[in-house]
Amino acid sequence: MGLFYHIGKYFLLLFRVFAKPEKLKIYYRETIKEIDKLGINSIGIVAIISIFMGAVITIQTAYNTENPIYPKYLIGLTARDTLLLEFSSTIVALILAGKIGSNIASEIGTMRVTEQIDALEIMGVNSASYLILPKIIASVIFTPFLCLMSMLIGIFGGWIAGVSTGVMTTQDYVYGIQYAFIPYYIVYALIKIAIFAFLITTISAYHGYYSYGGSLEVGKSSTKAVVHSSIFILLFNVILTQLLLS
Amino acid sequence: MIEVQNISKSFNNVQVLKDINVHFEKGKTNLIIGQSGSGKTVLLKSIVGLHDVDVGKIFFDEVIFNELNFKDKKDMRKQIGMLFQGGALFDSATVEDNVIYPLDMFTEMTKAEKRDRANECLKRVNIINANTLYPAEISGGMQKRVAIARAIALNPKYLFCDEPNSGLDPQTAILIDDLIKELTIEYNMTTIVNTHDMNSVMEIGDKVVFIYKGEKWWEGTKHEIFETENNELNNFIFASKLSQEIRKLKNKT
Ligand SMILES: Nc1ncnc2c1ncn2[C@@H]1O[C@H](COP(=O)(O)OP(=O)(O)O)[C@@H](O)[C@H]1O
Ligand SMILES: [Mg+2]
Repeated sequence: MGLFYHIGKYFLLLFRVFAKPEKLKIYYRETIKEIDKLGINSIGIVAIISIFMGAVITIQTAYNTENPIYPKYLIGLTARDTLLLEFSSTIVALILAGKIGSNIASEIGTMRVTEQIDALEIMGVNSASYLILPKIIASVIFTPFLCLMSMLIGIFGGWIAGVSTGVMTTQDYVYGIQYAFIPYYIVYALIKIAIFAFLITTISAYHGYYSYGGSLEVGKSSTKAVVHSSIFILLFNVILTQLLLS
Repeated sequence: MIEVQNISKSFNNVQVLKDINVHFEKGKTNLIIGQSGSGKTVLLKSIVGLHDVDVGKIFFDEVIFNELNFKDKKDMRKQIGMLFQGGALFDSATVEDNVIYPLDMFTEMTKAEKRDRANECLKRVNIINANTLYPAEISGGMQKRVAIARAIALNPKYLFCDEPNSGLDPQTAILIDDLIKELTIEYNMTTIVNTHDMNSVMEIGDKVVFIYKGEKWWEGTKHEIFETENNELNNFIFASKLSQEIRKLKNKT
């Protein structure tokens, strides 16, 4: 019962979010702000995590394929496919759920409990659309760039780690990352992360928007935002993989 | 003039407002008083349409506000200013941008015109040289005044204030009360103020409505209120030890 109640309320909120925007100029301005806040501000964390994950995947693959029957290019190939298929979309999305999900829920939740949302409504503003739509647009547009960046940095991290620990040569790695390359994997990852971004933003906004009470409740909303976003990312990962790769 | 007819409101099957009928006059400061939790905020937000009432009619002069369609309701909102309990200024905008905000939303003024109007309103509430500060950088009393400036930016016909002096020291509270009263006369607005502060009642209570557990329990003027025999109202008015002592002395003479 509780689940269906929330799902229904979530879709009703989305309905209001996608109502016709009144003053396009204001929405445009807000979207630019959100790209900065949600997107540009996440570049650092995504870069750091990607470089280390690329490094670890490479070293682990190298140690697990020490037997000479495995060709050395396997290392680069494994690193590339892991990054392209799962890491740069799903894992990055999970990290973003923690970072931007909690940010969105607490920002909107605080506006709710301090009556800033009421103040918008009283001025005739569709607060759901005004507060949430720019965030959705910003994150759905920007996260694919973060995903691409994560792929490149991850592959770079793998190269640094592999060469500096001496488990392979640059030639092996470069050959590996080009070997049996399927460009569609990139499209697959970009579609996935755009959908994950939509889930993170809307679920977190939902929890923030319907906070009631004080700072304690805002904290709770923010936790729920991260947990529920993560669960739905994992769920949709299975569904999307089946749909897009089968 | 605002008239409320037979409104009731519940949340999750708990009835918060019970069949309220009340008339608020134009050009006057109408006060809604009552204990914390009695339903003042819900009543005020129901009148302005932030809550949908379960039943009843809300007249803004000749218009039945709560039965308007979305678009007409939005047009009416230009004539409504509201001051929220905590000020509800937008954290991410400067003082000036907060006041410009409703102008942005509702008018086609140029940038310069909007800025002029904002400064005029800020000056009216005695906020000078704070335009570029953010709400977090100014005092509670200043925040309330900026919120009043924002509420009057569009020359509203109706002004709503939810506990305008909560969290302020007594002197600042009186300043805010007086400001609301003056503006009500200046703009000839219908003003409704929620409060639990008896000082406000004595200062600006042209008309006073007492809400008790979601019901209208009493109404009258600030002069009549001290003559009342109503038990619950007397308990509310003379809640403090000090006022009880004064009352005893008065009764003796
Ligand atoms: N959005 C809401 N959801 C559920 N209950 C609410 C809501 N808003 C107010 N209430 C309840 O209505 C009652 C009256 O609250 P309120 O109008 O805020 O009182 P006050 O007179 O202090 O302003 C309280 O018991 C409060 O818990
Ligand atoms: Mg209240």
